[in-house]
Amino acid sequence: MFHEFLHRSWPWYVTGPLVGLVAVSLLLIGNKPFGISSNLQHLCAAFLPRRADFFKYDWKRAGLWNLVFLLVGGGFIGGALLSNTDPAAISGAAVSSLARLGIHDFSGLVPREVFNWHVVLSVRGLLLVVGGGFLTGFGTAYGGGCTSGHGISGLADLQLPSLIAVLAFFTGGALASHFLLPLLIVR
Amino acid sequence: MTTAAPITTAAGRARERQLPAYLLAGIAFGIVLTKGELVSWFRIQEALRFKGLYLYEVFASALAVTIPAFALLKRRAVRSLSGEPIAIPPKVLGRGYRYVIGGLIFGLGWGILGACPGPIFALIGAGVGPMVVAGLAAVAGTWVYGHLRPSLPH
Repeated sequence: MFHEFLHRSWPWYVTGPLVGLVAVSLLLIGNKPFGISSNLQHLCAAFLPRRADFFKYDWKRAGLWNLVFLLVGGGFIGGALLSNTDPAAISGAAVSSLARLGIHDFSGLVPREVFNWHVVLSVRGLLLVVGGGFLTGFGTAYGGGCTSGHGISGLADLQLPSLIAVLAFFTGGALASHFLLPLLIVR
Repeated sequence: MTTAAPITTAAGRARERQLPAYLLAGIAFGIVLTKGELVSWFRIQEALRFKGLYLYEVFASALAVTIPAFALLKRRAVRSLSGEPIAIPPKVLGRGYRYVIGGLIFGLGWGILGACPGPIFALIGAGVGPMVVAGLAAVAGTWVYGHLRPSLPH
């Protein structure tokens, strides 16, 4: 039965509470706020020239725990450990909506039509991957958090700035998915 | 030698002692991201195109755990394993521009890419090669923000 649990994807009422427990466990271990995007700032402070004040701090003291949590644990062990999942069980409406954009391969974690090197090296593919990545990194630093820091930690602490940020995340995300994504998928 | 040196090393050693616990929590998080399909591009686009409730239900049920848990930890003044009293640093509202503009910019990137920062790294771990490019672009975005920060409204 445990085997079954590990090899099927989980329903929302398992996933959500477990995400919540991860956030609670970080507070219990060492009073650390659950927030992923600080790691982008720590990576800049650790590896890039530190001319801006934003990067002048002791990144080992502030962020080593988070880099270990995300990069080593979450990314390279957790992500690699159980990566061969079934196709995501998205709704029929989502399938037909994405099919209209030219997505037909629904196996795997990302669509092969978009995330392959051939497409990434085209203009539209490059705009999607580099543009999308850049705006994500810029916006999360500007907004002071991402879907984890504002969406889970900030909202869990009932902070108004996080509510504003989360509403802006979903507004921007819906606009991009409806109006920009169709322009960037090579058909 | 100054007396400060041993204190710094002790603090450093205490920090290092906890790293395995963060590693374990990170592995758990990576498994939840993957098995909960939060790394799935399809799940994110489903939510942002309003074609399914899954992501919203995940957020709602995560908050159903964290809101009471955080409140309890604060009210009971619970200490963490490292001995500090648990406190969640408040975000400063100010004029709020950074949350609206920064949040919208983040959202646009999230919708285009179909992955937010946690999943970017989990997808790299899962072997999605082009996500390395997205991850480097995200670091570049944060780096550029760091330099423009003094001239942006916050």
